[in-house]
Amino acid sequence: MDFLDLTRTSGEWLRGVGPESDIVISSRIRLARNLADFPFISRATPQDRSRIEKVLHERIVSMTPENELLYIDVSGLEKVDRQFLVERHLISREHAEAQGSRAVAIDAAEKFSLMINEEDHLRIQVMQSGLDLGSVWNRINEIDDLIEEKVTYAFHERLGYLTACPTNVGTGMRVSVMLHLPALVITRQIDKVFRSLQKISLAVRGLYGEGSQAMGDFYQISNQITLGRTESELIRQVGDIVPVIIDYERQAREFLAKESHENLHDRVSRAYGILRTAQTISSEETMHLLSSVRMGVNLGLIHDLNIPAINEMFLATQPAHLQKLTGNDLDSTDRNIERARYLRRYLNKENGNGGPEKN
Amino acid sequence: MKCQQCDKPATFHITELTGGKPVELHLCEEHARQYLSSSSNEPTAVGSVSAALAQQMSVGQTAEELARLDQQSCPVCGITFFEFRSQGRLGCPHDYVCFQPQLEPLIVNIHGESEHVGKRPQHAASGSGDRTQLIRLRREMKEAIDDEKYERASQLRDQIQRIESGGA
Repeated sequence: MDFLDLTRTSGEWLRGVGPESDIVISSRIRLARNLADFPFISRATPQDRSRIEKVLHERIVSMTPENELLYIDVSGLEKVDRQFLVERHLISREHAEAQGSRAVAIDAAEKFSLMINEEDHLRIQVMQSGLDLGSVWNRINEIDDLIEEKVTYAFHERLGYLTACPTNVGTGMRVSVMLHLPALVITRQIDKVFRSLQKISLAVRGLYGEGSQAMGDFYQISNQITLGRTESELIRQVGDIVPVIIDYERQAREFLAKESHENLHDRVSRAYGILRTAQTISSEETMHLLSSVRMGVNLGLIHDLNIPAINEMFLATQPAHLQKLTGNDLDSTDRNIERARYLRRYLNKENGNGGPEKN
Repeated sequence: MKCQQCDKPATFHITELTGGKPVELHLCEEHARQYLSSSSNEPTAVGSVSAALAQQMSVGQTAEELARLDQQSCPVCGITFFEFRSQGRLGCPHDYVCFQPQLEPLIVNIHGESEHVGKRPQHAASGSGDRTQLIRLRREMKEAIDDEKYERASQLRDQIQRIESGGA
């Protein structure tokens, strides 16, 4: 398997299937682990980093069938390729921008990614489309056990798994569910929802994690606390609140559909119209409009598109994806033109009418 | 980096998440204390290590005590407590042992708990003392090489190899 194979697919978390997939984009769990016999990353010498990389590389390769694994030396990648992996949620922005020996191992289905030498020596991540934290946990627990058969993790009798930052100590686990909440944004209830989540120590982040903006009305909800609770309790803490938020979002959509149907329909149709006809369009505007179109499809206001197709457009119009797909290094002006061209072509092929293209 | 309110170096880096937008603050110790005590009625940014530490330290420690604390260093990886609290990242697993008195309240502040109840490694670390010893020996070897003490370095190298091959 090589890097190019990735550009031909759209990634597990955007497949648009699974329970509640009209609102829940993906379920994800990550575990932070460190090797017992090396300093944490902040005190690791270049030799330490290479040795950590070597130990984990050997272990991961030996436990995965060769044709199902993509092992990438992140330090040797071009910037656009690192950005490409960030856009697919396979590595973090920190991992993309860091210095020194570091890597990522990804399976063919893009369900797991193992980051080596990120903030911790090892960050195991498993993703799944839709709301299904149970199977995500089973899978990640299995991978964690397999790795641990041959390497010794830093573990403390009383404090659990030891991590570079005390905010992750204990289970080293972050459970997160990504939601699409356009109606709560339109009806201005989203802040209220977030404030109540913070009160029960759950964190809310944007599409690309810490500090990123809530582009396209995507929000990730995750646990803050990692110590003093079992993995199942942490999963339940997040898993129990998600249906409540889904319910709020559905109520807000119903409200909009009933109380201001014309406005809602207008908003969705205009968004669709712009995406089909624009000649130059930014990534931000694309996300914003696709968000309305996505909701329109879910509410039956648009009939000639489906959710997986919209998810694919969300990903393909990200800056690095666009450049990989066209095979060119583009500045932002050219990207905006190329993005508009991609959208026109995609949408007019999708609904089988060549009209707007000629406008 | 200088404190945003005076000319002293900023040693507290706080990201305030309680408003609509995240706000970054870079403050010296004194102004950080002022800031944190004035906003202590509002919920602090959960998960922000520096903020939690600053808050914890603002209660009941004198400047001398703080200075002494900052000087303490880990015998294994060499990180000082000052370095930890300015970066928010620890240097090695042994820090959890040697900075235990300072970390304990911080951990309780972040998690509300102090004991792990979740999963445990199935092949639990046997001889974990040797493990941290390796970190220390490798660091000492590097320092010996940097100081051109090659004889010492080769002794250390042999010792490391003995432990790595399991013959310690």
